[in-house]
Amino acid sequence: MSEVTNLINVLSEDEISRIQHEIDLLPDAQSAAIEALQIIQDARGWISDESLQAVAKMLGMSSSQLDSIATFYNLLYRLPVGKHVVNVCDSVSCFVMGSDRLMQRVCESLDVELGQTTQDQEFTLIPSVCLGACDRAPVLMIDKTLFGRGETEDLASVFKRFTE
Amino acid sequence: MSTPRPLTERIEAANGLVSFAAYESAQGYAAARQAVTEMSELDVRDLVKDANLRGRGGAGFPTGVKWGFVPPPERTTPGHTYLVCNADEMEPGTFKDRYLMEYDPHLLIEGMIIAAYAIGADRAYIFLRGEYHEPFKQLSEAIRSAYDHGFLGDRIFGTRHDLELSIHRSGGRYICGEETALLNALEGKRAQPRTKPPFPPASGAWGRPTIVNNVETLCNVPCIIRNGADWYQNLGLGEDAGTKIYGVSGRVKNPGLWELPIGTTIREIIEVHAGGMQEGFALRGLLPGGASTDYLTDEHLDLAMDYGTIQAAGSRMGTGTMILMDDSVCPVAMAKNLQHFFAQESCGFCTPCREGLPWLEKLLADLEEGRGEPGDLELLDRNAAFIGAPGNTFCLHATGAIEPLASALRYFRPDFEAHIEQHGCPYHTEDR
Repeated sequence: MSEVTNLINVLSEDEISRIQHEIDLLPDAQSAAIEALQIIQDARGWISDESLQAVAKMLGMSSSQLDSIATFYNLLYRLPVGKHVVNVCDSVSCFVMGSDRLMQRVCESLDVELGQTTQDQEFTLIPSVCLGACDRAPVLMIDKTLFGRGETEDLASVFKRFTE
Repeated sequence: MSTPRPLTERIEAANGLVSFAAYESAQGYAAARQAVTEMSELDVRDLVKDANLRGRGGAGFPTGVKWGFVPPPERTTPGHTYLVCNADEMEPGTFKDRYLMEYDPHLLIEGMIIAAYAIGADRAYIFLRGEYHEPFKQLSEAIRSAYDHGFLGDRIFGTRHDLELSIHRSGGRYICGEETALLNALEGKRAQPRTKPPFPPASGAWGRPTIVNNVETLCNVPCIIRNGADWYQNLGLGEDAGTKIYGVSGRVKNPGLWELPIGTTIREIIEVHAGGMQEGFALRGLLPGGASTDYLTDEHLDLAMDYGTIQAAGSRMGTGTMILMDDSVCPVAMAKNLQHFFAQESCGFCTPCREGLPWLEKLLADLEEGRGEPGDLELLDRNAAFIGAPGNTFCLHATGAIEPLASALRYFRPDFEAHIEQHGCPYHTEDR
């Protein structure tokens, strides 16, 4: 079995071609480590041991070396997450505007603690550093959508928008 | 006469996103064309130096001088020279670069074309925060348009110069804002700062000459080419040149961003532009330029927000986006929030930062939760001085972490003491 077929057992053809495209843009394969992990996560929601090992092979590095990179970055998930990721900002501008209460309300509304996923696997709650929307503090972000002050009063209907 | 606002006037005119057509019809890419086709590299560098443009990412280093550190081609081996835009806006309380990239992406691209030309770079990257989804979308589309029109790619503007521009989406760590850590991240590695020297202009990305500039800095370049150094110098009110995007967050009536002459007073920014404090809240202190800057208080309101004035007052203008602490906020809780951030975002490479910052956070948590003891404040003072002294840690992350803590201990001492005397926090933060 060729090496490529071996990889295809774990990674999809689309993932392989997208990672190869990133490698081609850079001086060497290992420089594409972060982009490659992002491609896996975009497709699968998180980075499993199995896919990490396959990516490491593709980039010509050891899996522990790649894992040292994967675990360094806040936005690369090495554990499964729900269909949607809820980030509540806990940095200083949001803190001043009451992010503690927002966080508490989100936990109650989803019935989870920080870092947990709802029972129906829809939402994972992760605290976030400053989201760069401080004029709208306190803010939360669900997937790619920001919600600021005045938009989070009715949390149940905010979350409902993502499950319908 | 209203002051020119070269960074934001197009956004105001478009009332939102500036399209390629709108950008081009407002003299867009004329400055890049002029620089690349009519000026020498040295002329561009000298013009930006004469204009006294200083880095808007926080450090305030003169941009034209930095560009001059790239060794001339005859003094390097053949290969790429890189321009990297630091768009990793992770300084808590800072939201100015997001605004520029989301609403006027072509301004940044034009600034990068000129900067790349000035330093002889043929490859450029925008190192963008992973959380900045809308800026990523707008920049990606804008880059495509610029390629389609021959402003990027091979032989730009019909000259012999090539420029490839792409976006790196960050995996997300505050330390990526440190330029050598950023370069490691760009190379696909852990974002740990590098030993300096060598400095990036001599040996940066993949060991090649590299210039790293902030988004707002690069957005200032086109108007300097168009209008000249004297015009740019005259925009500033004091010693510094140009305009600055100032921001206010906290309990003001109208939080937001405003492009104003650099050197506008803190009072004018808060009271006129941000509309003053909300009813029932009084200002106690402010972090003038993001989370890693020393507190100022209401006695500093009449100071000009420029590099020299704020530094003389014992703080830093930093990113120019200020965070206000009102009288409902416990200064100890705010200090703990800040230390939590810096402890979490330490890269972990050197011991004082990796071990010291979480330890300080724990000490502040003890005060908040009623476990404070006499002597704790002296312990905080001593360790803040130790961890914060530049040179005791590998990079300036811990120094930045200590700036708000040491100044909070100085300005809000009675609040810290009250936590020990009353065995807990006198503020009822849950009521906020």
